[in-house]
Amino acid sequence: MLQVIDLGVNRGECPVLRDIALTVRPGEVLGVLGPNGAGKSTLLAALSGELPASGGQILLNGTPLQGWEALPRARQLAVLPQSSTLGFAFRVDEVVGMGRLPHASGRVVDAQVIEAALAAADVGHLAGRSYLTLSGGERQRVHLARVMAQLWPGQAGQVLLLDEPTSMLDPLHQHTILQAARQFAERGVAVLVILHDLNLAARYCDTLLLLDRGESCAYGPVVEVLQAETVSRVFGLEVLVQAHPERGHPLIVAR
Amino acid sequence: MIAVISSRSLFVALTALLLLALWLSLALGPVSLPLLDTLEALLRLSGLSGEQVPGQAELIIGQIRLPRTLLGLSVGAVLALCGVAMQGLFRNPLADPGLVGVSSGAALGAALVIVGSTSLGWGLGPLWLQPYLLSLAAFAGGLGVTAVVYRLGRRDGQTSVAAMLLAGVALSALAGALIGLFTYLADDATLRSLTFWNMGSLNGASYARLWPLLLVGVGVAIWLPRRATALNALLLGESEARHLGFEVERLKRELVLCTALGVGAAVAAAGLIGFIGLVVPHLLRLLVGPDHRILLPASAMAGAALLLLADLLARLLLAPAELPIGIITALLGAPFFLYLLVKGRH
Repeated sequence: MLQVIDLGVNRGECPVLRDIALTVRPGEVLGVLGPNGAGKSTLLAALSGELPASGGQILLNGTPLQGWEALPRARQLAVLPQSSTLGFAFRVDEVVGMGRLPHASGRVVDAQVIEAALAAADVGHLAGRSYLTLSGGERQRVHLARVMAQLWPGQAGQVLLLDEPTSMLDPLHQHTILQAARQFAERGVAVLVILHDLNLAARYCDTLLLLDRGESCAYGPVVEVLQAETVSRVFGLEVLVQAHPERGHPLIVAR
Repeated sequence: MIAVISSRSLFVALTALLLLALWLSLALGPVSLPLLDTLEALLRLSGLSGEQVPGQAELIIGQIRLPRTLLGLSVGAVLALCGVAMQGLFRNPLADPGLVGVSSGAALGAALVIVGSTSLGWGLGPLWLQPYLLSLAAFAGGLGVTAVVYRLGRRDGQTSVAAMLLAGVALSALAGALIGLFTYLADDATLRSLTFWNMGSLNGASYARLWPLLLVGVGVAIWLPRRATALNALLLGESEARHLGFEVERLKRELVLCTALGVGAAVAAAGLIGFIGLVVPHLLRLLVGPDHRILLPASAMAGAALLLLADLLARLLLAPAELPIGIITALLGAPFFLYLLVKGRH
C-alpha cells in the first residue's frame, strides 16, 4: 500500500508539486492524469525515491520510503520509467531477467517467472531477440515485462508505478498492457499509472488523480473525476462525457 | 547482437590462446628455448625439481622472461578489466579508461619525474627511492587527476557521469599542456626517455616493478566480477539500477576508484599502452554479448593474451632492437576498431 500525505516537491528552488495526498490500496489501480508539465512524472520520481520530498510524507506499507533498505524495497516497489536508454545488445529474456536481480529465487523459478512475464506483456515471441533490434513499442513492453517479473506473481503489499506505459503502443497493446496491470492489481498489487488517454483511464482505473500545475484538482472515483466541466477546466478542451454503451464507464469525446 | 559463440567454447578458446601466449612469451627471444626446456626451467624455479646448478634456460626465464611475462599478463588483464568497468560506468561501449583522466594524470606524474630529475636537476628524494620514483609519481598522478575529475562530477551528493566525462576531457587537455611544457624544457636524452615512456614498454621488467601491479591486479580481478550483476543493472540506467535494489552511488564510486588504482598501477609499471582497454571488451561483447558475468573474466584473459602477443611482436619484429609496445597495440588496435565500426554500420 502506498500513502502520500501533503507531499511537496521542489526542482531547484521552484516548487513543482504542492499538497498532494493520495492512497493506493492493495488491488486498486490509480490513474494520474494532467496536461503536459502538470507534475505527473515529478510525482512518480518522488514516489520512487528519485527526487527528495520538500514536505509531507510517502509511506510504503506504513514505513517512510527513505526508511527502506534498497533491496527489500526493490522486492515491494517496481518502477517503469517513461523511456529507457539501454544501449547494449542484451537478449530480451536477459532484460526481463534483470527484474529478478533483487530476488534469490534460483534459476528454475526465475526462468518460470521470466516466461510468464514475457507472456503477460505479449513479448514471448521476442524472447531470444536482441533488445537493440526491437521497435520502440516492443522495447516498452519488454520493460513492462521486466518490472512485472520484479514483483511476480504480485501480492498485497507490493506497489507498481508505471509512467505512461502505453505511450508508444498500438491500440491493441494499449489494452493488453493495461489489462495485464489490472490483473496484477487483482492479485493484490497497488498500481499507480500515469496516462494521457482519458478513455483508457476511464476503462482500467478505479480512482483518478487529476493534476494541474503541480496541484491536485480532483481525486476520487473515475465517474466523479471525469466530469465535463472538470476536464474542460484542466485540459482547456471542450468535451462531452457519456456512458460507454456496453460497459457503462465514462466515455470522453471532444466537441 | 546475440552471442556468436557459447560462453563455454569462448573460455576454452581463451584458455588455449592464453597458454599459447604464455608459452611463446617465455620461449621466444634472442635465445629460443624448446617447450621442454621452458617447462623444466619453470619447474625448477618453482622448487619442484631437485637439481642444484641453474642452467642457462633457468637464468633466462627466471631473470628476464618470467617477470616480463607476468608483467604483460597483469597489465593486459588490468587494462581490459578497467575498460569493461568504464564502459559500464559510462554505459557506452566506446568508453575508455582514459576518460576519467587516469592515463593523462599518470603521464603528467611521469613527465614531472623524468624531466625534473634530469633536465631540471631537481633533487628528488633519497637515493633508495629513486628507482620507484617514476612509478610512484605516475600512480599518484593518475589517482590525483581522477580524484579531481570525480570531485568535479559530484553535485548534491550525486555523481553525474556526463559532468565527469567533460571534466575528464578538460583535465586531460590541461595535463597534456603541462606535459608539453615539460617536453619543451627537456634536453634531447630526456626527451627520448619521455617519448618512450609515453609509448609504453615491458622492457626492463623486474620483480620489483611487478609486485605492486600484481597486488592491485589481483584485487581488481577479484572485486570487479563480484559487481557483475550490478554492472548489468547499471546498463539499464542509473534509476533503473536503483529500483532494482542496487546502491548506485557507491557502485559508481567503487568503479572509479578501481579504475584509478588499476590503470594507475598498470601505467606506472609499463607506461601508456592504448587500445587494450577499449578494443578487448568491445570485441568480446560482439562475441558473447554484454553480460558482465562472462564479459569480465573473458576480457581479463583476452587482454592478458593480446598484450603478451603484442609484446612478443615488439621484441621480435626489429630484434635485437625493441619497439615500444604502445605502437604495436595502436597499429593493430586502431584499424581493427575501424573495421568493427564500419562492419557494425552495415
